[in-house]
Amino acid sequence: MVMAAGVRKRFGLLEVLKGIDLEVRRGEVMCMLGPSGSGKSTFLRCINHLERINAGRLSVDGELVGYREAGGKLYELHEKEVARKRAEIGMVFQHFNLFPHMTALDNVALAPTLVKRLGREEARRRGRELLARVGLGDKLDTYPVALSGGQKQRVAIARALAMAPKLMLFDEPTSALDPELVGEVLDVMRGLAKDGMTMIVVTHELGFAREVADTAVFMDGGVVVETGPPGEVLAAPRHERTRAFLSKVL
Amino acid sequence: MSVSEQSEVGAGRHEEIRAVPVRRPGRWVAAVVVLVVVASLIRSAVANKNFQWHLVGQYLFDGRITHGVVITIELTLIAMAIGIGLGVLLAIMRQSPNPVVKWASWLYIFFFRGTPVYVQLVFWGFFGALYKDVSIGVPFGGPVLLHASSNTLISSFNAAILGLGLNEGAYMAEVVRAGLISVDEGQTEAAHALGLSPGQTLRKIVLPQAMRVIIPPTGNETISMLKTTSLVVAIGGVYELMSEGAAIYGATYNPMPVLITVSIWYLALTSVLYVAQYFIERRYGRGFTRSERGRWRARTLALSTGNEHGAGPV
Repeated sequence: MVMAAGVRKRFGLLEVLKGIDLEVRRGEVMCMLGPSGSGKSTFLRCINHLERINAGRLSVDGELVGYREAGGKLYELHEKEVARKRAEIGMVFQHFNLFPHMTALDNVALAPTLVKRLGREEARRRGRELLARVGLGDKLDTYPVALSGGQKQRVAIARALAMAPKLMLFDEPTSALDPELVGEVLDVMRGLAKDGMTMIVVTHELGFAREVADTAVFMDGGVVVETGPPGEVLAAPRHERTRAFLSKVL
Repeated sequence: MSVSEQSEVGAGRHEEIRAVPVRRPGRWVAAVVVLVVVASLIRSAVANKNFQWHLVGQYLFDGRITHGVVITIELTLIAMAIGIGLGVLLAIMRQSPNPVVKWASWLYIFFFRGTPVYVQLVFWGFFGALYKDVSIGVPFGGPVLLHASSNTLISSFNAAILGLGLNEGAYMAEVVRAGLISVDEGQTEAAHALGLSPGQTLRKIVLPQAMRVIIPPTGNETISMLKTTSLVVAIGGVYELMSEGAAIYGATYNPMPVLITVSIWYLALTSVLYVAQYFIERRYGRGFTRSERGRWRARTLALSTGNEHGAGPV
């Protein structure tokens, strides 16, 4: 589903990704761990072209992200094509980024109406279903400001699911939450994984990674230090750097 | 609270505190001084025969004055409509990745903010002397779609509208730009991640949120415009409120009652704008306050009493 080969990303002189090679297969859940500044979030943002990569190849479902290759040359994609591809990838942000001027239901129903040209009633019907699925069937007409952090993040997940994505990206979805609200968000994500959603999750929740992930990736300093089943990477890391990080987090 | 209850709570320790407040004689003195000054001002205004209040009563609904009021309202509304439209366009141009478009916007704002609106109005008044005819069509020898002499096309009224509206566009551009950059970047990212196009993101996500920041200074601009319309006296031939007033006292050589009448009308119109702004702010305040519909925030803004964290009566 996602293929990265030699992906590099620079911000000015600072190289944040120094050649990332990773593969995520359909239905797989990959958890990315590592200290802040290691490049996990940047890599995630490259996958739906919120950041453009400087070198290497990155593809989703066999198609390059942000570019088209023909005759040995790369062509930039038009904004509309980029938008069309982004519509197939759901993203959940650390700070929720709900639209504050819309109710929970409008947040969820907006993109299907605008992007998929779904009828307003149909979009709202499916929005109600999705909000019920994340346990917020009673908050349809509530504005984000009146929701708790955990509720906001669940609306954000429903909003991403409303586009029926083939891949979900989670950028530290529980890092901005009070500890007692983390569980309700992880429960929703656990359910998604069980339903076979392909997911890439940047997280510091080791318990979640151990339980749900098929692959755990440990990144540091812009490179992948270690990757493998979470049982190995988290329980018996081979690299000193991974061991040092895990001992601090636990 | 009854006496028996108090004794139950143990030496009344948990009863509501009713302390004697600190005496502040200074406040009383200040209040008395202010009241005396205000009262004496009112007295002098009422007692002074030169104000000629009976004439103010006559002028207030004089046909010439009310006609001026209508023209003033027209000028304000049309010029603000042009100003807001231009302002949105210029603000978006300022954000454009196209350097030519960006610079054009910058240059426009530089020019129209950098010269007095009075000068611009006089300029539009003399436009006919600069260009005898106006043609709209494809430039450099292409077909002409519209052709007219400047004097018919740019009447005094149109010159006033152009002068006020084009000038306002430059100020509104900065107001709108402030609104656009006030919206968190995460909003744009979330919209893009959902597959919204840049245009949809602007219309559905960024602009509606920017409105909350744009409206108060726009209200300010509108009130300012209402009064700036009195400068179209520079063009001549547009009889808005102040010009009508000037014409009246030019004939009677008795300006005081007319000026008071005109001031009363400007104040009345400004009051209407206050009310309009209150309702528009309430509309765009939705989602930014915990109480539904954003009533409370809108109310505090309207009354401009700071405290944002108090309990909200709805």
